[in-house]
Amino acid sequence: MSLDPAIQTFLTESTELLEAMEASLLRLEDTPDDADLLNAVFRAAHTIKGSAGLFGFDPIVAFTHEVESALDRIRAGKVAFSADLGACLLRCGDHMRALLEHVRGGETLPNADVDGPALLAELQRLTGASVAPSQHSLPTPQPATTEQTAAPEAGESTAATDLWHISLRFGTEVLRNGMDPLSFLRYLNTLGDIAHVTTLLDAMPELAQVDPECCYLGLEIAFSSQADKATIENVFEFVRDDCRIQIIPPRSKVSAYIDLIEALPEATERLGEILVRTGALTQSELGAGLQRQEQERSADCSGDAAASATPLGAILVQQGAVESSVVSAALDKQRQTRDRKSEENRSVRVDADKLDQLIDLVGELVIAGAGSQLLARRAGQNELVESLSTLARLVEEVRDRSLGLRMVQIGGTFQRFQRVVREVSRELGKDVTLAISGAETELDKSVVERIGDPLMHLVRNAMDHGIESPDVRVKAGKAARATLSLHAYHDSGSIVIEVSDDGAGLNRDRILSKAMERGLVVQGTALSDAEVFNLIFEPGFSTADKLSNLSGRGVGMDVVRRNVEALRGTVQLESQLGKGTVVRIRLPLTLAIIDGFLVDVAHSHYVIPLDMMVECLECGSETRTVARRQGYIDLRGEVLPVLWLRDLFDIESDSPARENIVVIQFGAQKAGLVVDALLGEAQTVIKPLSKLFARVKGISGSSILGSGDVALILDVPGLMQCATERAHQEQISIRVTSATLDDTAPAVKTS
Amino acid sequence: MEIVRESTDNIVRLSIAGELTIYAVGELMTALQAELGHPSELEIDLSGVSELDTAGFQQLYLAKREALSHGKQLRLTGHSSATRAVLEIYRMEPYFGDPVLIPAAGQP
Repeated sequence: MSLDPAIQTFLTESTELLEAMEASLLRLEDTPDDADLLNAVFRAAHTIKGSAGLFGFDPIVAFTHEVESALDRIRAGKVAFSADLGACLLRCGDHMRALLEHVRGGETLPNADVDGPALLAELQRLTGASVAPSQHSLPTPQPATTEQTAAPEAGESTAATDLWHISLRFGTEVLRNGMDPLSFLRYLNTLGDIAHVTTLLDAMPELAQVDPECCYLGLEIAFSSQADKATIENVFEFVRDDCRIQIIPPRSKVSAYIDLIEALPEATERLGEILVRTGALTQSELGAGLQRQEQERSADCSGDAAASATPLGAILVQQGAVESSVVSAALDKQRQTRDRKSEENRSVRVDADKLDQLIDLVGELVIAGAGSQLLARRAGQNELVESLSTLARLVEEVRDRSLGLRMVQIGGTFQRFQRVVREVSRELGKDVTLAISGAETELDKSVVERIGDPLMHLVRNAMDHGIESPDVRVKAGKAARATLSLHAYHDSGSIVIEVSDDGAGLNRDRILSKAMERGLVVQGTALSDAEVFNLIFEPGFSTADKLSNLSGRGVGMDVVRRNVEALRGTVQLESQLGKGTVVRIRLPLTLAIIDGFLVDVAHSHYVIPLDMMVECLECGSETRTVARRQGYIDLRGEVLPVLWLRDLFDIESDSPARENIVVIQFGAQKAGLVVDALLGEAQTVIKPLSKLFARVKGISGSSILGSGDVALILDVPGLMQCATERAHQEQISIRVTSATLDDTAPAVKTS
Repeated sequence: MEIVRESTDNIVRLSIAGELTIYAVGELMTALQAELGHPSELEIDLSGVSELDTAGFQQLYLAKREALSHGKQLRLTGHSSATRAVLEIYRMEPYFGDPVLIPAAGQP
């Protein structure tokens, strides 16, 4: 859209003025007597009016004029500024902005202003002005408007159709120029619905004169669409020059169609018939219109030469009138389309592969950067170190931004469930509302795509099994309407998605008995609640007594767990009988590059994801003895299971005199890792381990350090499991044997 | 585009295969014009038409128009999906008046 630069300036200025006006109005609400503020508002309105007048934007001038006079009355002290008045003036500002937007969009300003008169009427009521209604104070409207607002003249009726009528006569060279009318029709189909097409080949000459490469095609199309005239016109942009195009908007005057018939080469009767057939006109409309045309023509003939010259002008005016009426009717639609367009322009579609390549490159950049930094430090050149640290900061920023490119909000996925919940609840005869929170939580796009199915399972499962029917709920003293919530949040380097319901909860005993029935659990085993609940994730497990087509066949929960684990995530379940169930899915942010914390064990490097780290402790000899004996230490009154990485990875070397404990956290669990030395933070590019190492416990990947050394990335969730299992076993062994405690062998080794 | 001509007692059958587009319409027109001079019935098999554009469509129209005006039988048969699509867009199936068989889903 190439607007006159002067208009562009006008728009920018006016927008700024409107913003200033709005700010002043808001402040006026607090200090209604502030004359300066009032003056500022007045000046803004006045300037906009003046500039709009320069460009001939009459509707803006007319509207702003009224606002200005209202402001003048307030300024003169005739009316007191009130909150209502302020609100009304704010809305007037909005309206002025809307009018400006029309100018910006390069559209004709709506003559039939919908909101304007109503706003002005309210303004006048509030200011008590006895100004005449706005329409009359408008500067002389275009003739088209007069005609449009005037009561319909006798016989000047509008056609009752809701369809656009598009009349096309293609030029003979269209096909040779490489264009095909078919493609226009196909494109038109994307903008709306082609209700009817009449293909005319009347222009095709006698066989002998036919040039097979010439286009003889004509089309009369009835088209149903919400698009505006400009959009429809643009469909035919490429053939505009060698094609006769007439577009008649819906509900146009019958005369517009009659004019079309007149203008087209085919015989009047044939075209009339076609228009009736395409649904543009009814038979009676056509009849009346043609008759009227006939009368006018005879009148013209009897008149003088000047009178007979007018019809062309009249036709043009009529066409103009038709256009403006439709523009005002479709005003809202247009604005929506434009908003959507500008929305589209703000985002760019990029191939996911390109993003991956970018992230790979950034990964290399991080490694290379770390290498140079190391060299600079070794060389002892402070200036170089300094400039490299600036560079490192920028690289870090680039890293975060490029990783952010892949991040999308989970809200879109959540919103899909609104409908699912509504439909499933209707199907099941339950009353369920879906509460969504944390929709703005971002996670990797590939994860978002793959989490949809497991979530669907969980939601359906919760609705089918968890939530009771309304009468059962009422009996249990709960609200008849159940709530299902989807909640997402970031937590220590992972994203957590919770699916919770306030339904019946899981019945521990029933699960247990079912599990025994199926041989999943041996009779007499003591299991914690969490362990019992986790049984429902076993393949083939279902406690539903009644199968429904939604869930209950025992497929589902194990699939959920498999899917989540495939994403390197975990599923947890919490439930209280009668209160409800929470399923918590914890997923890594799947970052290819993480902030890591580098530790040293027997001169090998290990990386702990920084956001899973809580703190570092010194492990003195006293603590060490206790920890060695018990398998846990007392961390400010908390039991902290500890793991010796040296033992865990079976490293045969002596521990140094001083060791350190790194406290890691995953979810609600904490554990301590005993390492030799703490080397500090480092950006870590995750390189997946080859298949050979896939079964190694406690390692999730590798990374190359700036020095070229390889560092292994510790798998915190895996280690956590080891730590708890080990603590558990230690406790048992303490109870069973009271001797040889110091020699307790490490429970877990690399498998 | 290829045109195969078969003639069996009083019926001439033209099987058109390939792209029936502006690049081939000259050839098609010559072929059709030659047939239109004969009184025998003309059947145009479109099953091999992989692409049809407006120029090609105009030729089919022209052939039908000429046939109608000379009282000659002309039938389009075996409409391929490309031909069906064009006839449908132009809403011209009724003009040709030939039965259009739509194959079951999954077939070309």
